[in-house]
Amino acid sequence: MSAPGHTLPAAAVETAALPGYNYAFLDELSKKAIRRATLKAVAIPGYQVPFGSRELPIARGWGTGGLQLTLSLIGPGDVVKVIDQGADDSVNAVNIRRLIERTAPDVTTTTETAAATIIQSRHRIPELKLRADQIMIYQVPLPEPLRVIERREAETRRMHGEADYSRMWVALYEDIVRNGRITRAAGYPVLVHHRHIMSPSPVPRWDLPPLHMAENLSLYGAGREKRIYAIPPFTDVAPLAFDDYPFAVEAFPGRRCALCGSETTFLVPTPDEHGQSYDVCSDTDWCAANRQQKASEA
Amino acid sequence: MAYTSVRAGAEAIAAAERLIQSPGLENGEALLELRQVRNQFRAAVDQIMGEGGLYAPDLAALALRQAEGDMAEAAFMLRAYRSTLPRLGYAHPVRGDEMEVVRRISSAFRDIPGGQLLGRTRDYTQRLLDLDRQTANAFVAPERSENGHAPAPNGAGSWSGYAKKVSDTMRAMGLIPPLVDQTAEPDDITRHSMRFPVRRPAWLQGLARGETGALVCLAYSALRGYGGGDHGTIADLRVGDLPLRVTHPFTNQPLTIGTYRVTECEMTGREKPPATAAGNGHHQPAMYGLSYGLVFGQNERKAISMSVLDSALMAGAGGGEENPAPANDQEMVLSNTDGIESFGFVEHLKLPHFVTFGSGLQVTEQLNLAAATPANGHGPGPAEDVDDEFR
Repeated sequence: MSAPGHTLPAAAVETAALPGYNYAFLDELSKKAIRRATLKAVAIPGYQVPFGSRELPIARGWGTGGLQLTLSLIGPGDVVKVIDQGADDSVNAVNIRRLIERTAPDVTTTTETAAATIIQSRHRIPELKLRADQIMIYQVPLPEPLRVIERREAETRRMHGEADYSRMWVALYEDIVRNGRITRAAGYPVLVHHRHIMSPSPVPRWDLPPLHMAENLSLYGAGREKRIYAIPPFTDVAPLAFDDYPFAVEAFPGRRCALCGSETTFLVPTPDEHGQSYDVCSDTDWCAANRQQKASEA
Repeated sequence: MAYTSVRAGAEAIAAAERLIQSPGLENGEALLELRQVRNQFRAAVDQIMGEGGLYAPDLAALALRQAEGDMAEAAFMLRAYRSTLPRLGYAHPVRGDEMEVVRRISSAFRDIPGGQLLGRTRDYTQRLLDLDRQTANAFVAPERSENGHAPAPNGAGSWSGYAKKVSDTMRAMGLIPPLVDQTAEPDDITRHSMRFPVRRPAWLQGLARGETGALVCLAYSALRGYGGGDHGTIADLRVGDLPLRVTHPFTNQPLTIGTYRVTECEMTGREKPPATAAGNGHHQPAMYGLSYGLVFGQNERKAISMSVLDSALMAGAGGGEENPAPANDQEMVLSNTDGIESFGFVEHLKLPHFVTFGSGLQVTEQLNLAAATPANGHGPGPAEDVDDEFR
């Protein structure tokens, strides 16, 4: 109850730890509840575990699911990397990283993929292969891969429960009939551990092969939709496809990064002022390291 | 390079924060005191507490001032602050007739036990701008009655500040079925996310935190004939203070530790007879139903909308609606009326999406390439302009 004279939290100071706030923002009981849901998610690969999603001082839809996972897991000694579309310096990634820095002072942040213990990401996986001692955390807008074919949650839950994915397969088949190919681009559905169809979050298809038998743990947090799911290390992850219409990642024939020259990374097109476009690596850390290495070799 | 402006990074953020933190005041202009915000933007403070799900008038006033009057932002700040507070326990249940009322009306009966108390309302004022009051003068409080209480309602006799519920009167008249004692542990949507279909306690909680405009919109749609329930008459609408009672940690005795202002609405109406009863020859006694709304502060349009939607959701859950509309659909109502979530996700479209957009461009290119090849039997590929995030 707030009576007149209730003590107000002091105005936030930009650099110092936030007075009046708990370590890593959330209260400890909330973090514990999130970790419990996470453990269940790890135990049932690809299954969406409902959890009492908390509101954060970052808007809903801006990474609150991933951030709740990160805040519930970080502790002294952790090194956190935050990327958005592959970029460390994307404004929302910067803002999330700042919140982590301000509320968990003994956690360090990095842009270097290899140095991170926890990587929170929106829409990308780093190009560098992740190790067993790293945790990949994804921000998820819509956790339900079946939502596009069935909007009612009670029904999608039944479909998952009974592994009744026939309508999903029919939808993919119809896509091929209409368009000659499966036209799903980012957020391509995958089958995890031969059991649950899962949304890999809106990462490009490029990022799906590394999920298969990955050494690292992948955690997915949907704050607004209040679901957590996971891919444990060394889990079978198969993008949905037909024998005669195999899965294919994005291809960049004849294209290379305008900054580092890479031909082996996920490129994003960027229009110039003359109506043309050039490509750059979406993984900014990888691109910078590549340039540095080339400079040192030269 | 053009795209660097999108990924402006830390420097741009810091600059934007400096801009937003310098209030748009003129030189020498004083910041409003929180007391002024609380007293003079009372309705806004109440709405923020309701949508933020935290009863804290001072913090709500702070949020309103900090957000420069942006209600969605202010409610969001309060909701986010709420996440930092531990859940220490549950309060004891209270009854509506324990409310010390400042306003209380019924549109079901002309006179009601306890009387109609118009109280502080803008309902019957003429909404004319006070053009002659554009300059601020210090407020002179009118003389108050001796005990400082609101005047007694007409016909109330000796006014105690408490009033019997109209629904209890209707129960005594045999119009409403007797109350069933609910001893089961209530749901808590802040601790367990909703999995549809949900029980009534969960949907009432969801509606209580819902965004006022969203609830009004859906309730209005129900009243205009898009589904809806049976209940359309206000049995009891009251505004006042309820006691907050908890168990004392040492004595284990119930203890009142404060009061909080709420608006409570009970709507009534004739229930549709159950479908199975029709035509079986048995006479079903006509019964009235009751739907419920309770929100923090004085926010009557939200409390009324909540009770309209409660009725619509009960009708939807009972399967009685032959042609269910959005207001009858739990998932539709509850998943789309939380203001914090809806505004957050709508505004997330401002975030960069160039990876998903680029991935979609590739598919479009391939489709167009296939369409341009004469041997291909397929029609021109539709450029899927739906963001792949939503597919």
